[in-house]
Amino acid sequence: MTPSTTHLGKDLVGLEPLSGDQIRSILDTAEPFKEISERAIKKVPVLRGKTIVNLFFEPSTRTRVSFEFAEKRLSADTVNISSSGSSVVKGETLVDTARNLEAMKIDMVVMRHGSSGAAKFLAERIPSNVINAGDGRHEHPTQGLLDMLTIRDHRGRIDGLKVCIVGDVLHSRVARSNIYGLLKLGAEVAVCGPRTLLPVGIEELGVHVFRRVEEAIEWADVLNILRLQLERMEGGYVPSLREYNRVFGVSRARLAAASREILILHPGPMNRGVEIDSDVADGPHSVILNQVTNGVAVRMAVLYLLAGGRPESAEAAKTGGEA
Amino acid sequence: MSPKAMVLRGGRVVDPTQGLDGVLDVLLADGQVAGVGKGLEVPEDAVVMECAGMVVTPGLIDPHVHLREPGQEHKETILTGARAAAAGGFTAVVAMPNTDPVIDSPALVGFVLAAGRRAGGARVYPTGAISLGLKGGRLAPVGEMVEAGAVAITDDGHPVMDSGLMRMALEYARGFDIPVADHPEDLGLAKGGQMNEGLVSTRLGLRGKPNASEDGHIVRDLLVAEFTHGHIHLQHVSTAFGVEMIRQAKARGVNVTAEASPHHLILTDEAVEGYRTEAKMNPPLRTAVDRDAVVAGMLDGTLDIIATDHAPHHYDEKEAAFDDAPNGIVGLETSVGLILTHFVRTGKLDLPTMVDRMSCQPARAFRLPGGTLEPGSPADVTVLDPERAWTVDRNAFVSMSSNTPFHGWELKGRAVRTIVGGEVVFDLDR
Amino acid sequence: METEHLTPIMDETAVQRALARMAREIVERHGGTEGLVLMGIRRRGDHLAELIRREIMAAEGTDVPTGALDITLYRDDLHTVGPMPVVGETQLPPGGIQGATVVLVDDVLYTGRTVRAALNELMDYGRPARVLLCVLADREGREVPIQADVVGRHIEWVGDQVVEVRVPELDGRLAVELVTPTEENA
Repeated sequence: MTPSTTHLGKDLVGLEPLSGDQIRSILDTAEPFKEISERAIKKVPVLRGKTIVNLFFEPSTRTRVSFEFAEKRLSADTVNISSSGSSVVKGETLVDTARNLEAMKIDMVVMRHGSSGAAKFLAERIPSNVINAGDGRHEHPTQGLLDMLTIRDHRGRIDGLKVCIVGDVLHSRVARSNIYGLLKLGAEVAVCGPRTLLPVGIEELGVHVFRRVEEAIEWADVLNILRLQLERMEGGYVPSLREYNRVFGVSRARLAAASREILILHPGPMNRGVEIDSDVADGPHSVILNQVTNGVAVRMAVLYLLAGGRPESAEAAKTGGEA
Repeated sequence: MSPKAMVLRGGRVVDPTQGLDGVLDVLLADGQVAGVGKGLEVPEDAVVMECAGMVVTPGLIDPHVHLREPGQEHKETILTGARAAAAGGFTAVVAMPNTDPVIDSPALVGFVLAAGRRAGGARVYPTGAISLGLKGGRLAPVGEMVEAGAVAITDDGHPVMDSGLMRMALEYARGFDIPVADHPEDLGLAKGGQMNEGLVSTRLGLRGKPNASEDGHIVRDLLVAEFTHGHIHLQHVSTAFGVEMIRQAKARGVNVTAEASPHHLILTDEAVEGYRTEAKMNPPLRTAVDRDAVVAGMLDGTLDIIATDHAPHHYDEKEAAFDDAPNGIVGLETSVGLILTHFVRTGKLDLPTMVDRMSCQPARAFRLPGGTLEPGSPADVTVLDPERAWTVDRNAFVSMSSNTPFHGWELKGRAVRTIVGGEVVFDLDR
Repeated sequence: METEHLTPIMDETAVQRALARMAREIVERHGGTEGLVLMGIRRRGDHLAELIRREIMAAEGTDVPTGALDITLYRDDLHTVGPMPVVGETQLPPGGIQGATVVLVDDVLYTGRTVRAALNELMDYGRPARVLLCVLADREGREVPIQADVVGRHIEWVGDQVVEVRVPELDGRLAVELVTPTEENA
């Protein structure tokens, strides 16, 4: 693996544009970063003097906190900007927000935005590194990466594994990042959910489609169970939470029918008793908390790799008097 | 004060209404076409315009433009829109009523008409709204608006969802001999859609509008037109099934005319890749199957008219995340070049048929004077140079807006002179 | 690598002899092996630390806790090295380093920046009672005021040549060599 084939470039907008080698290099880089979070002093100086803005246009606690831990453990200075609901901060356009941040001389932006393509939009307009922390229904690449790292930790590989994504694939950026990433690393991928929540043409991405969760469980080595947003009920995509749980919920009884042990992932936050039953979420094959731990390591790896991706800005940083 | 007489000498004159296609002279006098032929008797003081190597056609007409005035003069005005039309080779445009305020009263129709007359570009024909305020409720004062100069009624941009209202509109408009133009879209099926629903929208994570959202509405409009015997004009048809339904309706004798827009004739939803907001429009760019069906429909006359749906937006409105960007592209200054390059030059479309789709049929559908060079008709003439190579430069548009997916395209052929009422309103080389 | 011009400085026997002496010096300076910890700096310092550990074991009959430090994240030149270097793992000995005499083991002491980084990292893991620096080869060219406590061989002025320590696990031999820089390793 030469640096040129694994080098990430300026931004992490999604997993779709990355190669398998690039994805593997991020996962490999995440391994040593796991250890830092185990130390008494959970901090290394690698991003000292770097300024990172966490720009969250949608409410998110866990992703923002995970990024913030990752940034702080790498000694970066962080600023959080949050604005819930609206796609615009106080009537300001996205491009103006970006230009204002840029004028304050920042190094990286971690952005969560409600519109698909927003991360790419920002990345094309500012010289800072941009990390997509979720854009609309498009991608959530660090979630995809941490899911893959967790699967690899527990199964030793990804190549040849059968992973089924269960639930609201239509609205899910987590699903898209998982599909792109897992396929590139050689997994077989399937989706399962109410047909109203599966996007058209999903098969053409190279995934199987299961109509019934029982079939998915019979097939899969790994289930990645998506959160069912409660507003899907109001949107009329599913009749009721109770029905969703009855038909598509992953329960211990359903898992008991499987011929092998199935690893259980969930990107959180969970709706216990809706898409996942508590005894599955807390059961022996659930790796949901490992995902959270790995999230910090993966984000540290991404921050680290992107920070080194720009020799030209490094020069600027040096002459700017960086220690 | 009438302009001086003018003779367009030695061009290839293409006028399907008279079956003309040959090297002829065209004489314009007193604001009218005075004659077409060889060795015409020309007044001594007539201006002579040498047209050797050029194509001389009845003035082109774009029956679907948004001039944004009143209310959104930062995007376009009637003046800049009429001049952009002239620069694109159009001698007349039909302006949509979805301005602010909506054109739903005779006074506002009169405003558009008057501003158009002052513009010094293409003729501007106003339309009035079908429903007051485009709200889909009560009928606007159709008769008064027609008296004031409206040539059609339409709620364009807001499909008429209430079939009962569409029935009223078609029946009522029959009495005034004007078409009812509809933007066919079922808002329930299209809800939240940002682009065509398909593989590309799935990959990009954008909400889609399925073909069925347009197909169903087209079928509804055709059925209502059929039993009311009203004239339905279907705007910017983009789906294969929609084209086929119109074809069948025409065979049954339904009074329907329909448009194809240059972007639906050329592009597919892959142009949206990379979240390019300049490829965001409504109806959306669809798949190659649909694009090819729209082309076939335009060629066989199912879609009678090529219309641009010229929809200017300020640059910073399109400079946004895809969901937040408005629909629409400018079209007046690229339409002729695109059609000449991609259809005439490639042999898919002959010049007489192009003139039919861009001049004769729009005039016929909207009952406009023009669309012909018959003596006595208005002296509205377009001169095309089919060999003129140029590159689309959005920064060089006469239009105030630059939202086009065709920026940088290399084209061959464009309008070089536009004559309205015997006066040259656009001359590329002057 | 194979085509470069090499000048041997120490062969395997010489290195073994030096390591045995260094092991004795370490024990002598500390006054025994109790509370002694070896931390090799990756990559190569950790292999040398293992060899020193064996020498101490042979001479004293006691096993000294040994770990490895990866200083990548503490380097001060990350923004100039282009694509980010691969991060290795730091392994502390089971008892940690709190209150111990930590012997930092590295192959070559040159600019001193690696040791500076290693000291910073060490302090993030705990508070050693004392830190000793032990290097196999000590050459001129210091950019920070750091010197070694235990040295295998002082190397005289070598200009822009590079002093390379070879270890069996990575290079197939145990030696110290002088390499004329090529474009690859200049």
